[in-house]
Amino acid sequence: MSLFNFFRRGSAPIARERLQILLAHERNAGGHPDLLGVLREEIIAVIGRHVSIEPDKVQIKMDRGKTVSTLAVDIEIPNRDHVSGGVPPFSPLTFDAGRDVLGMRGSGI
Amino acid sequence: MAKVLVVTSGKGGVGKTTSTAALGAALAHDGTKVVVIDFDVGLRNLDLVMGAERRVVFDLINVINGVAKLSQALIRDKRLESLHLLPASQTRDKDALTEDGVAKVIDELRTKFDWIICDSPAGIERGATLAMRYADAAIIVTNPEVSSVRDSDRIIGLLDSKTVRAERGERVDKHLLITRYSSSRAARGEMLSIDDVLEILSTPLLGIIPESQEVLCASNVGSPVTLNNPLSAPARAYFDAARRLKGEQVSMLVPSETRGIFNRLFARKAA
Repeated sequence: MSLFNFFRRGSAPIARERLQILLAHERNAGGHPDLLGVLREEIIAVIGRHVSIEPDKVQIKMDRGKTVSTLAVDIEIPNRDHVSGGVPPFSPLTFDAGRDVLGMRGSGI
Repeated sequence: MAKVLVVTSGKGGVGKTTSTAALGAALAHDGTKVVVIDFDVGLRNLDLVMGAERRVVFDLINVINGVAKLSQALIRDKRLESLHLLPASQTRDKDALTEDGVAKVIDELRTKFDWIICDSPAGIERGATLAMRYADAAIIVTNPEVSSVRDSDRIIGLLDSKTVRAERGERVDKHLLITRYSSSRAARGEMLSIDDVLEILSTPLLGIIPESQEVLCASNVGSPVTLNNPLSAPARAYFDAARRLKGEQVSMLVPSETRGIFNRLFARKAA
């Protein structure tokens, strides 16, 4: 056994931790199957009612943690002035001005 | 009183068929009447592991369809006369497996045998759900590895909801059988330990089968490992598990690799 291996804890504790987190979510404790998934669908539907969303301009990140999970919905909403003004909506100029970021952080789910 | 046992896992390749054959033979060793049923329609293998592949005439689906009588389809083991095999169909569509048909076959087997062991296919499709449907008890075969543990958790959920017993508000006795365990790798922190798996799945432990070359040797020659080499470490672990199934108290030993110093030196190098 090398010195490196001696100081490394081994991968089993990582496997154990990953499984515990995953299964806590998959067991749907609290009777709320896939709350993050439901939130994601509804949030996008609500925003979609007011502005037209291009599906490929939506970025969704979920991180299922042990005690806290996060859902980040990042939607690019083109600024109307820039769009109607004929400037390409995703040129570097409009990127800063015309982009709103909706972030969401949910805890305890 | 006959007992219906399902050997299941969710994940494939963890040792369901090997364990069915080994436990079936271990249970039948004292003359107890045992039948092992292959539910893996289309991909049967229990016949091969039991060394009966050349004697299959009729199968489970023939019995369900009324083409053959149960007595015609049952294959008696050549080594243990109280051990029988009911093979799966190799050619037919798995939709031919019906809930009523399986119920009838199991009811008839209950009158003839002490243990009815259903070898489940992998997955959570029809074959797997029907294999567990009428079970009184379940053996969940798990490797100490993340994907196997996850799938076992899923299967435990199905055992608690989709079986006849669960629907009646009764319990299916669940037993965890950890296979391919290497105590040395677990000690080095390279493999989930028995305690890790038990804590995650919170299911009582039936046995620990060590990783061993004997398992492959036995399947090569078509003989359950408990018959092929009864004194080997995996066979002894299966015999202990069979005794626990019968209700005996058998202390749980974590099998350790018993290798000579010569083997140890070379095994290290090889790894």
